[in-house]
Amino acid sequence: MSARGAAAMGDRLAARVIPCLDVESGRVVKGVNFVGLRDAGDPVELARRYELAGADELVLLDITASSDSRGIILDVVERCAAELSIPFTIGGGVRSVDDARMLLGAGADKVSVNTAAVSDPELLDRIAAAVGSQSVVVAVDARRRDPEDPAAGWEVFTHGGRTPTGLDVVEWCAEAVRRGAGEVLLTSMDRDGTREGFDLELLRAVTAAVDVPVIASGGAGDAGHMADAVADGGASAVLAASILHFGDVTVDEVKDVMDARGIPVRRDVGAA
Amino acid sequence: MTRRLRAAVLDYDAGNVRSAKRGVEAAGVDAVITSDPVVAADADALVIPGVGHFGTCSRRLRERGLEAVVRSFIAEERPVLGICVGMQLLYAGSDESDEPGLGLLPGRVVRFPSDAVVPHMGWDVVDVARPDPLLDGIDGRRLYFAHSYYAVPDAIDHVLARCQYGGERFPCVVREGSVVGTQFHPEKSGAVGARVLANWVTMLRSEVQA
Repeated sequence: MSARGAAAMGDRLAARVIPCLDVESGRVVKGVNFVGLRDAGDPVELARRYELAGADELVLLDITASSDSRGIILDVVERCAAELSIPFTIGGGVRSVDDARMLLGAGADKVSVNTAAVSDPELLDRIAAAVGSQSVVVAVDARRRDPEDPAAGWEVFTHGGRTPTGLDVVEWCAEAVRRGAGEVLLTSMDRDGTREGFDLELLRAVTAAVDVPVIASGGAGDAGHMADAVADGGASAVLAASILHFGDVTVDEVKDVMDARGIPVRRDVGAA
Repeated sequence: MTRRLRAAVLDYDAGNVRSAKRGVEAAGVDAVITSDPVVAADADALVIPGVGHFGTCSRRLRERGLEAVVRSFIAEERPVLGICVGMQLLYAGSDESDEPGLGLLPGRVVRFPSDAVVPHMGWDVVDVARPDPLLDGIDGRRLYFAHSYYAVPDAIDHVLARCQYGGERFPCVVREGSVVGTQFHPEKSGAVGARVLANWVTMLRSEVQA
């Protein structure tokens, strides 16, 4: 259902603005340009800053290549859980029910599964059965089969966007949801890093096909793009990294623009 | 100087117990995460977190001997706080499962209509239906929800606040004597959620010391 449809039913659920932190060996990678950070590489301090700045939720993506780093990311998750009072998702390298349990047990609210779910779709059934769908996000990296023609569809890529799978994005999203994913984190590889705006055709195709919330990712260049993803793409949430990290736009400014376009947002972040 | 109160956060593989512990500690009580009925029975108050499946939560609570502790708290009018599925468990049952709930509150738990985006996930507005000190500073504020089922009460006197989603209005704060439930996650709802927990702790102090 589109945001407009929801509003017509009298719903007021806020569109979520979600900063994404890429974490490698326990440190934030990609530049972060916040004034006054004691340690620009500490994901926990940055997460806390984003909470205070009005972020509705956070995604931490562990991009550590080696598999012997579980202890490091678990420590980050535990410290985030101790510091944050907003929800956060942890993704990257979730390959088993045990991985999911461990990360949720350390204090994450959701786990995001990408490559391992494509290799073994039943993994989603098993994780959802163990922890509940509301804690399972399927992350999907999508690339247009023909850059000029959305009618040609989108292909699922895995392994951080390096490996084509042949799978159709819309079909895979629908299957992942059927198997128990409670949310879709949908990244347009074509737009990622371009700042040209989200792939709205991709968003519309996926939000029409699934009935769970879809988080739009890849291509945010300004606040208007994020409002477009919700109002025109049907997204429930927008994810952004560099434009927020570099201070090109603040969470508040994104919400100002959404608010001006009639999209419900959470403004009252302070104490009552 | 009064002694510090202690809450037992029930650990039955059904929720983010760390966040619940952090939340009630920040509100000014000591908290212990436990799956031991003896430890739980000794606390001043119980916190029942709960995410996931109603039937799984209900079964695990019973299998670990914790349901009996919750029932004794209810019978003795000692404070209990149920969060999310922890609140839903206070009702008789859910369409999600044949497992029974605790049956303290009249009503059933049902799924959102199929034309809504489900789970209901994110920050939504809480409307106070019945003024209560528990809700001081909360009316019209946004708190964090993550659920696919909601309660349909058979009576309204226990409903302190409602939310609306998928065209449905449903209870999001309930209270029956010393037992309180919230459909949202106060421990994940920033400063506004912290206010709910602080209000609960104030209630706790007056009840425990009364």
